Parts: sequence; C-alpha cells; structure tokens
Amino acid sequence: MSGKAEASVLLANPSGLHARPAVKLTKLAKTFKARVQILVTGQSDWVDAKSIVKVMALKTPGNSTLSIKAEGDDAEDAVAAMVALVERQFGERLNDA
Amino acid sequence: MLKGRPAAPGLALGPLAVLAAIEGGDRSAGSPQEEMAALEAAITNAIAEIDELAARTNGAGAEILEFQSAMLADDTLSEPALAAIAAGRPAQEAWTAALTDQIRDYQLADDETFRARGADLVDLRDRVLRRLLPAASAVAIPQGAVIVANDLTPSQFLEADWSQGGGIVLVEGSPSSHVAMLARSRGVPMVVDMGAVTVAGHAKALIDGNTGRVVLSPGTGENATFARAMTAASLAAQRESAALYRPVVTRDGIAVAVLVNISGPQDLASIEPASCDGVGLFRTELMFRNGEPLPDEEMQYQAYCECLEWAGERPVTIRTLDIGGDKPIRGLTTVGESNPFLGSRGIRLTLARPDIFCVQLRALARAATKGNLKIMLPMIAQPSELAETSRLLDSVTADLAREGKPCRRPPLGIMIEVPAAALTAERFAQAAFFSIGSNDLTQYVMAASRDTPAVASLNEGAPEAVLQLMAATVTGGRRLGIDVSLCGDIASDIRLLPPLLEIGLRSFSVAPAALGRVKTALEGLTCGGANGQG
Repeated sequence: MSGKAEASVLLANPSGLHARPAVKLTKLAKTFKARVQILVTGQSDWVDAKSIVKVMALKTPGNSTLSIKAEGDDAEDAVAAMVALVERQFGERLNDA
Repeated sequence: MLKGRPAAPGLALGPLAVLAAIEGGDRSAGSPQEEMAALEAAITNAIAEIDELAARTNGAGAEILEFQSAMLADDTLSEPALAAIAAGRPAQEAWTAALTDQIRDYQLADDETFRARGADLVDLRDRVLRRLLPAASAVAIPQGAVIVANDLTPSQFLEADWSQGGGIVLVEGSPSSHVAMLARSRGVPMVVDMGAVTVAGHAKALIDGNTGRVVLSPGTGENATFARAMTAASLAAQRESAALYRPVVTRDGIAVAVLVNISGPQDLASIEPASCDGVGLFRTELMFRNGEPLPDEEMQYQAYCECLEWAGERPVTIRTLDIGGDKPIRGLTTVGESNPFLGSRGIRLTLARPDIFCVQLRALARAATKGNLKIMLPMIAQPSELAETSRLLDSVTADLAREGKPCRRPPLGIMIEVPAAALTAERFAQAAFFSIGSNDLTQYVMAASRDTPAVASLNEGAPEAVLQLMAATVTGGRRLGIDVSLCGDIASDIRLLPPLLEIGLRSFSVAPAALGRVKTALEGLTCGGANGQG
C-alpha cells in the first residue's frame, strides 16, 4: 500500500546520534523500500536516513527531537520501526560507560 | 633523551621504524572516466580491506571498523570527489580535497565525540589514497619495532602485529584518542605529543610509556637498565599473580581483607571471585542514566542477584544511589543548584524521593535472600539520616513479606566521607559498618576539587588532616565494635598503604586492576605503629 507517514520521537541517548546508533539507524532504514528521511528539530533540513554520512554529519546531540518521514510502499512500517528503534535507545545497554 | 606525554604504560626496546605520511604521490592522471573508475576501485578495495580486518578484530576495534566501512560504502562520501574528477582534477587530489573538507567539518564540532570522528575520516582518506597511489602503499609495520609517526590511525594500530612487542612514539596525538585506548588495552607502550623528532642516524630506540621517556640509540648502560626493568616487571607480574589467590597476611601476621570496587555486574566478568574477599563497593549510579527510564525494581533486582551469584559466600556491599546536580538525571536530580557538590545529593536526594528510594530498597531486600548482601549509604552527615533509612528499609521489608515475596532485612552501614561523620563517628552506633570514602573525604577536608587542576594537588598523597580524621573514625568504630574499611583510590596507591595500616585499617576495597599489586604490597608490610593491633 503506497503511502506517506511521519512521526516525531525524542532522542534520549545521552551522547546523541553518535556512530553506533547512526549505524543502526541507517541499517534499519535501508531494509525498507520507501524513501526515508529524518530531520532534527530546529537544526537542519530533511536528510536521507539511509546515508550514514548524512546522518552523522547532523552531529545530533542527546535530548533532540527527531522527525522521521517516509514515502513509498512500506512507508508506515518504516516510520514505525524507526520510531521504535529510537524509543528503545538503540538497544544500548545501560552499562556502556 | 626525549620526553613526551605518556599515553600507554610499559617498556619496549626495538628497531626504529618511521612511518611517513601519505604524500601527494606521482600518479599520472587519465581521463575523467578513468579517474572515476580508479577512485571507485580504490574505494571498493578499501572497503574490502576494512571488512577483512574487522572480521579478525573484536570489541571496540570491530565497531570502529564497522562504522568506517559503512561510511565508505555511502555514496555521499565520494560524491564531491567524483564531481571534482568530472571537472578535471586527478583522482587523488579530488578525493583528498573532498575528505579534508568533511574532516574539518567534524573537527569544528562542539561535541568531543563528534570531533573524534574526524580521526576516522582521516583513516578512511588515507586508506583509499594508499590504494590510489601504489608507490606510497603502507609500509608494513615491522614486528617489535618502536614506531615513530606524526599520528597513528586506529586501523593502522589494528593491522599491526604486536605479539613481538614494539612501541609507539607520536609527534602529535593525545592520551585520550582512540588509538591510545587501543594501545592501553593491548599493552603496547605509547608516548605522544613528542614534538618534532629527528631520528636520522639512529637505528634503535627505547620507550618508557610510564614516564613518556624515549631514548634513541640507547647505550649499554641504558640497555642494561632496560633489561633489568623488564625483568623486574615480569617478576612483579609473576609475584602478583601468585599473591592474587592467597588471602593477605602481613609480615607481622595480621590478616587484611582486600575487596573490589565495581560499577555493575559487567565488571565482574574479568575478575575471579577467588582473587578477592568480596565486593566492597557496588556503585549503583550507572544504572541511572539521564534520558533513560529509571531502572525499575526488577531490573535492579537482577543486577544485584548477578553480583551475589558471582560472589558466592563473599560479601557484596551495595551503595545506594549517589548522585547530585553535577550528573543531572531528568526527573530525579535538582536543577540549578549553585553548588551541586554541597547540595541535594546522595542520601539527601534519596530521602527526599522515597518513591525512587523504596524501589531500590525493595530490590535490595529481595536480593538479600540470594547471598551476603550489605547496604551502604552515601554522604551521611548525621545519625537521623541513618535512622530514617532504617525505618524505610524496615517498612519495605514488611511490605514485601505481606506480599509473600522472599526477602531479608540486610545489614545497613554508612560511608564516612562527610567530615561531620568522620568527626562524630561514635554517634552512628546503629550502623552495621563504616566504610571510609577517601576520595570525597579528602576533597571536603582539603576544600579542593580533584577536577580543578590549579588545586587538585591538595588531594594528593595522604594529607595529614585526612589521616587524622580516618584514624578518628577507626577509633570510634573500635569503641562501638563496628568494622571500619576503606573504599577509595588512596588504597590503590601502594605507597600510601603503610600510613593506612598504621592508623588501624584492615580492610580495603580497590579497583580490580589494583588487586594484584595491593595484595603483594600488603604481604610485604607490617602493621606497626601505635595502632598496630590485630
């Protein structure tokens, strides 16, 4: 079902969108056919969520709000999955010091 | 004799190997299509190289490489270079210019973690350049060599074979870089920030990563000293591993307990229970991190049980939440305190937030059925704080019993770190034990922060005033029949053990890495002094 979807989510990881979460985010985005983009509120334009270079270049600090939008066949699934990943704080274990 | 900043400890002696930076190279350019093809081939090969290296690396090294591989595979990285090639520039120039732009962008970031990504891009830039400029392809780092370079990338470090020894001397670099971290974890001595070094005419070098000394062409005297130091180091290592599994008895026959300080069950993976007398301090703060949901009762209970399982019959002393405004946690710490170190922290914070405190106390009381668990309270200044916590703990245990959940009311002891408690230890008769927190006690007593370089030295050694207060605590504890131990960095410094023994301390909790040397050192000491009773 072709479509569009969009959602916002709080990026609560203390170190923000650093290398490890960025790799997870882009890997997940790439599993979907839809075009997926993210935007950091107040800081940038929409960028391709499948590009690690673009996502890293945002240098997003912790406690930022991310907006995620997708366009295409699995747009809704894509947005839902991305939001879930951010909400789980990328599965970063609590005892990463 | 040259001196730089020590970045990774250890000694090494070996042939000098200078790593030159990648130069502009003498590669003749073809047509734009040929140049684009050359760049794309170089990138593809570089990715394959990284993936191959990643396959035989683990831990932090593997993650760094996975990140680099993903970056190289992203078209966005090479787009500006390909555009420049289409405009007529040779591949290596186009690539270097494009990457240097992006490197500079990261180096200007506010956040240190993001700034550090600049080093990863340098690594990538050079790796692809090496594929483009075969004349300048990386000289294999010879085994056992003392390398001299401007800087070293993480992947250069990971590609080298350190099994025959070797060391690293960098003209630039920093002890807090990724590569210094890798050197420390691999035990490769490293000195950084040397400044310009002329090594022409020298074939061998000696590096001392503990002091930052580098000696070029060491003479017989230096060689002999080095050989002795290496032998001493290896003998020390042997003695330490022998001492590790023995309970400590000093030369005058006094038993001393040596326990470990941890931040969570994950720290126990690399420690043998038989190498220590238990956990003297489990700092629970790491379970509470800003922005993440506060750990619930079940999560805490699991973490405490893991430690108890590891410890068997050995005691595990768990310190309740010890944070304040300097480590903000949304919804928990107080915002806007002018002096968070003298503010709402430690026991003060948790008593003001019984909703959160009782979750921790419940988890502790439940876990107490699984082993030898003790609770320790941080930042105690007056007996009422202990009394109030004791009442809370009783009521939590009663609740659990009513709910039919197995629980036990564990012993409740206190940290002695606020000078008020050290001076009036005898008012704390209700405490099950005292544990001296020497780090904070010293800061409060000397009125000097460890984080302020201008005054940090006031915290060094064992200042007389602090020793007197600790002695008063030991005496007070003895009068009450209460055990006194010490958990603080001071006990990890073996030069300070004699005065600590002299004031009557017989139980220390140290960092896991210090276990071997502290136990070995204690075996060689006598308790002595006026207080030298058993």
